[in-house]
Amino acid sequence: MGPAIRLRSAVALAGRFPVLAGADLTVARGEVALVHGANGAGKTSLLRVCAGLLPITDGDAEVLGHDLRADRRAVRRSVALLGHATFLYEDLTVAEQAAFAARAFHRPKAAADAALARLGLERRVDVQVARLSAGQRRRVALACLVARDAELWLLDEPHAGLDAANRDVVDELIRERAASGGTVVLASHELDRARAVAGHSFAIAGGRVQEDARVA
Amino acid sequence: MWRDAMVIAGRDLRIERRSRVVTNQVLPFALLVIVLFAFALDPDRGVLDRAAAGLFWLAVLFSALLAIQRSFAIEATDEARDGLRLSGLDPAGIFLGKALAVAAQLVVLEVVLTAGIAVLYGSELRGPLLLAATALLATIGLAAAGTIYGVLAAGLRVRETLLPLLVLPVVAPVLLASTRAWEAGLQGVPGEGWSWLRILGVFAVTYVAVGIAAFGTLLEDA
Repeated sequence: MGPAIRLRSAVALAGRFPVLAGADLTVARGEVALVHGANGAGKTSLLRVCAGLLPITDGDAEVLGHDLRADRRAVRRSVALLGHATFLYEDLTVAEQAAFAARAFHRPKAAADAALARLGLERRVDVQVARLSAGQRRRVALACLVARDAELWLLDEPHAGLDAANRDVVDELIRERAASGGTVVLASHELDRARAVAGHSFAIAGGRVQEDARVA
Repeated sequence: MWRDAMVIAGRDLRIERRSRVVTNQVLPFALLVIVLFAFALDPDRGVLDRAAAGLFWLAVLFSALLAIQRSFAIEATDEARDGLRLSGLDPAGIFLGKALAVAAQLVVLEVVLTAGIAVLYGSELRGPLLLAATALLATIGLAAAGTIYGVLAAGLRVRETLLPLLVLPVVAPVLLASTRAWEAGLQGVPGEGWSWLRILGVFAVTYVAVGIAAFGTLLEDA
């Protein structure tokens, strides 16, 4: 079985601007990898490429055995992305949102309920997403991610907007995911916290992965 | 595909049940249109009775545009469209689900508008079977074509103004055929109306097929 992610000289464009400019990256299965870099360095674009949302125009990209140049839709059944946006629907309740995420991934409603409990949202299940705070929305988005039980988690600033207790929950979830054989790639500016859970660290600048350091 | 369609249709209808945009805005808009037509044309019920079928379907068409816009507006908040792409759902199922939800809302709208033209224009439903069959096929065609052009316009900043320009010329055959069939149904000569259903049937089948085949690509580009 090959690595979870393998990028070779991958180029991705936003309009005419190269957001990835020949990125090389290999992440093994079951690994937690940290991607860090300045604003605009290409972290979010890297995650979007791995999720099959952003096409590559040159180079090679393979995620979970799927060749993204040939078919970038197929990989989406195996990945879960937590982006800057939460992808939530304002008019759904917390329970409906999580149930939708689970059903779309052919998971039982019980998986959604368990995920909501894991994120401490049991008492908010009947609240509409529009009435939640930014931090609570983030937790609902995380619950949707957990409910999907995807093979690869792509987390963009997963600690952003969360209180201390819920930041710890995020770290636990990442560790549990890796322990159960899943792969996690997180982009973060909070290096101390992220390095505590990551086994491998990559720096990205100008759309290129420049550093490759073993953390733990 | 059908399972995914039910997931999407259920979600869209749940959002509508809670937001009540169609119930509280689109439906009153449609009723307002037929009331304003009554003011504009003539208080003489004879004119209104003759024009009832065309006015009914114009009101349905205008309201369908709003329902379609709403269907894709819910995907625009908080980058939900990316969430939909990542949902793992079959694009053909997403198309069918969104079209089904729009169609369900249009059916409710058509029932209320039918009562509206009966009361305001004095129209009599003399060929109910023809009227119902026409409404069913026209609704499928409108929902399918609208969903295709809705996703096409969804990613554009000018989507609100572009959608009517894209949809109205395309659904002109539906307006023509459903108006003619309804004229026959309202005037009590359903035999003259059935032939128009062939156009509606071909339109509906064509756009459902195109939607199933092309929605994935259109969603990627949205």
